Amino acid sequence: MEQSDQELTQLGLPELAHRDHAPSTPGTTIFSTDNVSIYYGSFRAVTDVSLSIYENEITAFIGPSGCGKTTVLRTLNRLNDLIPTARVEGDVRYRGEELYAPGVSPAAVRRRIGMVFQKPNPFPKSIYDNVAYGPRINGERKKARLDEIVERSLRQAALWDEVKDRLNKSGLSLSGGQAQRLCIARTLAVEPDVVLMDEPCSALDPIATGRIEDLMHEIKSRYTIVIVTHNMQQAARVSDRTAFYSVLRDEQSDTRTGVLVEYDLTETIFQDPHDPRTQAYVTGRMG
Amino acid sequence: MATAVTKQQQVDLREPRSWRSAKSRIMTVLMVIAFVVVIIPLGFVLYTVVSKGASAITGRFLTGDIPFNVAPVTVGGIWPAIVGTLLITALCTVIAVPIGILAAIYVNEYGGNRLLTRIIRFMADVMTGVPSIIMGLFIFSIWVIHFGFSGLAGALALGCLMLPIVIRSTEEMLKLVPDVLREASYALGASKARVTATVVLPAAMSGITSGVLLAVARVSGETAPLVFTILGGTTTPNYNVFTGANNALSMLIFQNAESPYTGAQGRAWGAALTLIVIALITLVVARLVTSRVARLSQ
Amino acid sequence: MGRSQRADPAGLAGSARALTQQRPLGDRIFQALALAAGLLVLAILVLIAVATTSQSTSWFSHEGITGIFTTTWDPAHNKFGVLTFLYGTVVTAVIAVILSVPVSVAIALLLTEVLSYRWARPIVYVIDLLAVVPSVVWGLWGLIVFAPWAQRTIYAPVAGAVKGVPILGNLFGPGTGGVVSGPSFFTAGVILAFMITPIVTSLSREVIATVPVIDREGAYALGATRWEMIRGVVFPHSQGGIVGAVLLGLGRAMGETIAAALVIGSIPAITSHLFSTGYNMPAVIVNQFGESSGVFRSALLGIGVLLFVLTIIVNLIARGIVARSMARQRGA
Repeated sequence: MEQSDQELTQLGLPELAHRDHAPSTPGTTIFSTDNVSIYYGSFRAVTDVSLSIYENEITAFIGPSGCGKTTVLRTLNRLNDLIPTARVEGDVRYRGEELYAPGVSPAAVRRRIGMVFQKPNPFPKSIYDNVAYGPRINGERKKARLDEIVERSLRQAALWDEVKDRLNKSGLSLSGGQAQRLCIARTLAVEPDVVLMDEPCSALDPIATGRIEDLMHEIKSRYTIVIVTHNMQQAARVSDRTAFYSVLRDEQSDTRTGVLVEYDLTETIFQDPHDPRTQAYVTGRMG
Repeated sequence: MATAVTKQQQVDLREPRSWRSAKSRIMTVLMVIAFVVVIIPLGFVLYTVVSKGASAITGRFLTGDIPFNVAPVTVGGIWPAIVGTLLITALCTVIAVPIGILAAIYVNEYGGNRLLTRIIRFMADVMTGVPSIIMGLFIFSIWVIHFGFSGLAGALALGCLMLPIVIRSTEEMLKLVPDVLREASYALGASKARVTATVVLPAAMSGITSGVLLAVARVSGETAPLVFTILGGTTTPNYNVFTGANNALSMLIFQNAESPYTGAQGRAWGAALTLIVIALITLVVARLVTSRVARLSQ
Repeated sequence: MGRSQRADPAGLAGSARALTQQRPLGDRIFQALALAAGLLVLAILVLIAVATTSQSTSWFSHEGITGIFTTTWDPAHNKFGVLTFLYGTVVTAVIAVILSVPVSVAIALLLTEVLSYRWARPIVYVIDLLAVVPSVVWGLWGLIVFAPWAQRTIYAPVAGAVKGVPILGNLFGPGTGGVVSGPSFFTAGVILAFMITPIVTSLSREVIATVPVIDREGAYALGATRWEMIRGVVFPHSQGGIVGAVLLGLGRAMGETIAAALVIGSIPAITSHLFSTGYNMPAVIVNQFGESSGVFRSALLGIGVLLFVLTIIVNLIARGIVARSMARQRGA
């Protein structure tokens, strides 16, 4: 059911009014998860997630706090491996290959699936060395090539003009928004296939947030992006598809388990959701 | 071009850059080797002490007086040294612990962020780095010269060594006590002294005790401070800590180590084993105290 | 909120005069005692400096400040130059640090980066066990067991192999008289290394643990292996702290008395040959104190003062470095 831009604005979703709509026929499947549950020890943090993420799209994970959206995100680049008690059950595939098969190297996975974190975490090195870190550990030694990669990555992250004269300054000296763009440049420097973003703008002011959202639009054609956000308007602004997670409360054991409620094109989630819980969340009555 | 590599449809997630992962694994192995390098001599020392010491230890050994160096291990024993170590360490604890706890209380509860407080805290830290021999020379200079050698002098020297350790660890434990406990007590109208004595100290007590026991274990084995304060060399036990030269296990070991007589050496090993057993028992009790409280508070 | 008895245990409410009542005597005494205890720390440090220095004045007036730089130590002929012992202290401490630091840092990394908490805890206990072995027992074992063995199996073959080779021969070749000795600078350095490893390890662990998890994750997220993460994130963050830990270890090694006294050989000598006997400051004090008197004794106390000053300086530098590196991380 299409609505006019005017109606969308009246609904409080002006963002949806002024954007290109995503193709409803998706491209290559980048990730597919089937009945995935994630445990910390015996505690089931997330249950039964089945979805597919498509190439060159921006997919948003939204939902109230504690619904497991970050947990699912970190499963996609095996960063949950760093937590000793974490366990994944079910099928997680990246481009058809099982991510959790024995013999798979997590470092190789992360080389292809990069991540930007909630709090900008530049290394205590110079701006240049921050961006060059990834290529260097992948064996790139030639200064000319590194210069090229650093410039290209900083341009993609819309940071080049601001720092090109002080590449030797410490990465820690940048403002919040610049630091986050540095972290994005650092991630892009290894030319990953996918960029995962865990609430990348939650620590930033609105102007910095806007720049990063513009950045996402620009690099979409070269990368696949999955973003976790607690800001619905942001999800509506940037994403092609949206997955809404919620929390299942078990009254007896007083535990909360995350569950995927609905996953569809962004317009559908925000304008015509199938599940009443989705409806309640996006209209602000919940979460 | 790098782009072509990442966008290929066929994905190989096995270990492509084998050298990098191999290097990381080699480093891990080196770390383990480092630990082994440290363990081996420790094991060797403990093994030597146990085997050579155990053969010397009998009931008579532990209770007999100290004979001349030439005497074989089966004659006499090390009782005077045991008495000395136990009495002097106990006296030193009694002296140093109350002062240390009070000083830590001052720094953490009363001090605030004043310059004096920061100086005291800093100096207590510096004091932990002062070599133990200096403490011995110090007490010699101000006490032994006037009052002669005694177990008390030794206790004073060991006390100077123990004091900063107790201050440091007590301060850490006091810091761990959550402020909400203090606030609740104040809200009931208690004064700062009462809050500290009736709420903060009891809450931190197990950690403080464990810290004190660890310090006792460390200090009981010290030799250098005693060389200048208790004189050693006595052959009969001196139960009077306040006057007269005294002996200690650590001094006995030191004085016998360079002796060519196997009897004297045997006594040194026996004393070493006794000393280590005392220190180990103290250490184990310290750990029990902390873990028992950890379990209780869960 | 009602005026319940519980909230007002001293019954002060309703009495305006009571609000300005002075603090009870017990409280003030308690605070005074605590303050006195704190001040005692300062007093002791000052007293240490004053008392030991005053006892060594006759040595200073005898030799003057140049005594520090003279090598002749001959109590029988009233010669008290202490340079030999200074040399011995520095050499053995440096050997101890060189041997201990890589091992200690490696173990610290093992405990923080590689092992999970469950496996790390018993290893921490073992390292603490290392610290509980008294100095005198290390010395006893070093003298009776390690030194003879080392001389046979390590020093003699090595010395024979490098004899005549330029730099190595000077360090590890046979010394005067063509012999290598079990009790020697090197043996003392080895024993001291064992003794300072627990403290350097535990301090390094503390420093490494302050590296933020999020920085580690950032490196892993780029596909780094564990070693690459350590080199790229852990080391830059913690180098200041580790340098501080190393210096503190150096200070400990310089002041460690009994173990050194037993295994260093106790024959004063300044030589580059590490496998030959030497002497260091705390060792000479403890070995010769008993027979000393007059200027001799005052000279030994003077050496003590020197040692005190030296270790305080090293400690201050170490803490300064650690404090500065922590401040830089926070401020940046």
